[in-house]
Amino acid sequence: MNINDKDGRKIVDIIQRYAQKHSLWVLAYGTGCGAIEIPPTMTSRYDAERFGITGRPTPRMADVLLITGYLATKTLKRVIRSYEQMQSPKYVIGFGSCTINGGMYWDSYNTIKSLDHYLPVDVYINGCMPRPEAVISGFVKLQEMISDGSANGWEKYRDNLDLYRSQQKEVIKNWQMPDYNW
Amino acid sequence: MSFDWIKLLGFIVTPLIASAVGFTYMGLSRKVTARVQNRIGPGVSQSFIDVVKLYSKKTAIHHGVMQHMGPVFAITASVTTLFFIPILKDSIFFANFSFRGDLIFLMYIMVFGQLGMALGAGQTGNPNSAIGVSRGLSQMVGYKVPYVLALIAIMVNFETTNLQELIAVQDGFRNWMIFQMPVASLAGMLAFLGFMMYAPFDVPFAPSEIASGPPSEFGGKYLALMMTSRSIFTFVKLVLFVDLFFGGASSFIELLIKTFVLYLFALFVGLVNPRFRTEQSIQFWWKWPAAIGILAVLLVAWKG
Ligand code: SF4
Repeated sequence: MNINDKDGRKIVDIIQRYAQKHSLWVLAYGTGCGAIEIPPTMTSRYDAERFGITGRPTPRMADVLLITGYLATKTLKRVIRSYEQMQSPKYVIGFGSCTINGGMYWDSYNTIKSLDHYLPVDVYINGCMPRPEAVISGFVKLQEMISDGSANGWEKYRDNLDLYRSQQKEVIKNWQMPDYNW
Repeated sequence: MSFDWIKLLGFIVTPLIASAVGFTYMGLSRKVTARVQNRIGPGVSQSFIDVVKLYSKKTAIHHGVMQHMGPVFAITASVTTLFFIPILKDSIFFANFSFRGDLIFLMYIMVFGQLGMALGAGQTGNPNSAIGVSRGLSQMVGYKVPYVLALIAIMVNFETTNLQELIAVQDGFRNWMIFQMPVASLAGMLAFLGFMMYAPFDVPFAPSEIASGPPSEFGGKYLALMMTSRSIFTFVKLVLFVDLFFGGASSFIELLIKTFVLYLFALFVGLVNPRFRTEQSIQFWWKWPAAIGILAVLLVAWKG
């Protein structure tokens, strides 16, 4: 019997997943009005730091990209750049109905409707706007997905980069982004 | 020179203990901060979890050789500094490399890590890093002044530059440096606040202002290395100040109690203060702490 195996998983994997699950550093991308629910989630009333969830100022340090609400095509560009600068494993949480189907901006001329077409979303939190309880339950869902290994949006993005790029270029007309290697 | 197995073992064990203690203190500080802010806060092991997560990141990006080397310089400097500090009184195991004149050497080597980090952060090309580095180095010019003045006063008074001899001088509670030389100790303790870089002196990091400054382009394993280096360096600073002003420690329990109280002192000052602007911070250091330091030197000169 190999001591490195437990239920077919490596011990190292178990430790790494445990750490990844309990330390989620969030880059809160306050794109929409839903962002107003982030401060109460982080501060003393709901205290998300209990779960190891803390805000981080730069994409390089962050694990979770929290997209709070509608995305104009202009902001989408910045979101994509931020996402690509994050170090994998990285996760995306779409927050509010605007990221799911456009919400109340569904027929707006310059917002995107479904975030899923442009970035791999791991967890959606619905509601307009979701309360902090809902936000925390979304994070707990993400933690469950990390521990059973199904939060692999970053692999999906890496493998289907061409597809995502073409969809991104469809809405961002003047695509002038550097070809950097993240 | 005979080869000393006990010492070799000490070299291996000391950094591990130092980083473990440093991470525990960082976790405790988050807990204390949370309690002060009326939150529950993360567990004490949160810093360990964070650093394991960072080490298990699958990608790491750097923008050039110097950014690659920066964290390595920082951790090298932390470990080197650790080796020149007598951690426990009269212990061969933890005396490490401390030698005659080590205090002067420490003054120099303690800057090395920050310089390495500055070089690394400089290469990232991120304006926030550059601002953070320039702020950090200018603040260092500020708090080094009272620190060096306090050390000069102490070294001249006891006519020694050896840390172990200084610990030996402070035998017994009443002979602690803070009672023997209160003025120099006051300057030294104020400089300690600058060393710990909690508010109001967290000018270089300023997360809400310049996106955490120097480390803002570091992710994954680079950040993990920097956090490890920071945990070791926190321990180094605490032990150094315990050795200098609080009579060292003869057992590990004593060391942990003393260092933790010292850590809480810096943390509590940080928790109730907002952040200085850069020039306010430097003005502060060059005004009162520096004046107290000069007074301490004058007192020693007048006495001797
Ligand atoms: S889902 Fe509602 S609260 Fe959130 S961004 Fe859209 S309109 Fe605003």
